[in-house]
Amino acid sequence: MNLFHLLTELTVFVLAVFVGLEVISKVPATLHTPLMSATNAIHGIVLVGALLVAVVGEPKLGPVLSVLVVFLASLNVFGGYVVTQRMLAMFKPRQTPAQATAGAAANGARK
Amino acid sequence: MELAADSTGQLVIDLAYLVTGVCFIMGLRYMNTPKTARLGNAVSIAGMVIALVATGFNLNWSAGWWVALIGLGAGAAVGIYAARAVKMTAMPQMVAIFNGAGGGAAAMVASAEFLKLNPDVSSVPIDLGVTSVLTAVIGAISFTGSIIAFLKLQELMTGRPIVYPGQQVVNALLALVAVAGIVLVALNIDTVPAFFSALVAAAILGTLFVLPIGGADMPVIISLLNSFTGLAAALTGFALGNNVLIISGALVGASGTLLTLMMGKAMNRSVTNVLFGAFGAVKKTDAAAGPTSSTGGTVRESSVDDVATMLAYARQVIVVPGYGMAVAQAQHSVRELADQLEKKGVEVKYAIHPVAGRMPGHMNVLLAEANVPYPALYDMDDINPEFPRTDVALIIGANDVTNPDARNSPSSPIYGMPILDVDKAQQVVVLKRSMKPGFAGIDNPLYELQNTSMLFGDAKASIDKLVGAVKTL
Repeated sequence: MNLFHLLTELTVFVLAVFVGLEVISKVPATLHTPLMSATNAIHGIVLVGALLVAVVGEPKLGPVLSVLVVFLASLNVFGGYVVTQRMLAMFKPRQTPAQATAGAAANGARK
Repeated sequence: MELAADSTGQLVIDLAYLVTGVCFIMGLRYMNTPKTARLGNAVSIAGMVIALVATGFNLNWSAGWWVALIGLGAGAAVGIYAARAVKMTAMPQMVAIFNGAGGGAAAMVASAEFLKLNPDVSSVPIDLGVTSVLTAVIGAISFTGSIIAFLKLQELMTGRPIVYPGQQVVNALLALVAVAGIVLVALNIDTVPAFFSALVAAAILGTLFVLPIGGADMPVIISLLNSFTGLAAALTGFALGNNVLIISGALVGASGTLLTLMMGKAMNRSVTNVLFGAFGAVKKTDAAAGPTSSTGGTVRESSVDDVATMLAYARQVIVVPGYGMAVAQAQHSVRELADQLEKKGVEVKYAIHPVAGRMPGHMNVLLAEANVPYPALYDMDDINPEFPRTDVALIIGANDVTNPDARNSPSSPIYGMPILDVDKAQQVVVLKRSMKPGFAGIDNPLYELQNTSMLFGDAKASIDKLVGAVKTL
């Protein structure tokens, strides 16, 4: 790798930041908590990095830390997506009273 | 393996990573309405699966299968269990802990990459050296900072700001050590000690910089830590030469930064002020309980029956929830009260201040959990013009975001902060535990207004009583 390569990566990074700002600014305030949790899950992509350094012949981190790094990143991915899905499932448009009772019952049954 | 076959394989893997990047962007795009948001999350999950499968082709399974099995298995088990078991009121700390996990993982990946460069015996290339040490520093700040935020939110330690003399000096010194470490790695001088001193200094700095942050400032800090982990993930991408990490990290970093700025704006404070201002250190006024405020004015205490009558005969009621609603787990009772009122033909709306609660959008999620339809939830700018036409503003566990001093009194510490104009409603009812001032320790003159009545007690208990009283009317 050399500095030109670094510059290419920097280009990708800067463009992605602008795309991110554009896309995120369209998310309504009511979804800010799920948004945060969704982006949280997305940075779990570091799991790719964790696997690349941990699942090799001689991991530089040693066996314990290798397991730990994969654990942390996978906690981030799975936890992040499941919690986001759970939250988004709760957002409902205006319902008819019948639907509302059914929804409340389903909610109660889950507890 | 032949070189040609090998590079074709890598080409396919890189292409898969590109698809992942597109999935993440589309996933976030679909979050622009609650209707499509679930689809968005599914697209994002698909992207993640594609990236992981593609990565699988680059791994040495025969050597490391057990690392992947234990790490992935345990991470998935704990993550899925926690995500399902967590109460919606505890969402901020859940997000904090997942965020910390990502930051910690990024710091460790960077350390491994750095050690791969054989820094003990050979010189470290400047680009790889600097990107790994930067990742380690930011990831470590995010890791320990998120853990402190978690402990505070979970109330395993005090939510009040922890301040001590020389705090800023200590933080500045730690930052200096981290920067010195980065510079030494860049200059190829004693790279190994430099790298790990920077890592350790950053970890301590992450702990210390969250300590003085009080509960009400948490929305800013959670967003900021989110953007740090995003940045750390992107930098991991630089260190590994992996575009999908760069793109994903950049998206998260942008999102976190945008939310941080929004939250700061909603408090009329700069992020620097939140981090270094120690808002909570503002001299605390006497937190005397009892129905007199410390400014000597009197407040009017009301009864459940009076409030119930007032609500039931209103045309429009606006509910203003705050962190107190989350603490009392009162969201389901609030919804029940709204149902009863709607049966009597009262229009019920909800006014959500951007920094109500402990993370951006916290109140919206709680009310959604209680089956409140999202079109009934209004942002501050949309609802403020409605207050003068509103019969009753019902304030449940919110304080500073309703303080008229923010508008009227230039000497107030929160002067200039945009607030919900509840004082313009015909009647104001405040549900509150006691006369304790809010987080900022600032008196709220709203409570002494002619048209304000107070209903003291636990928010959930009070609302349950109101539901009963409204039913009998």
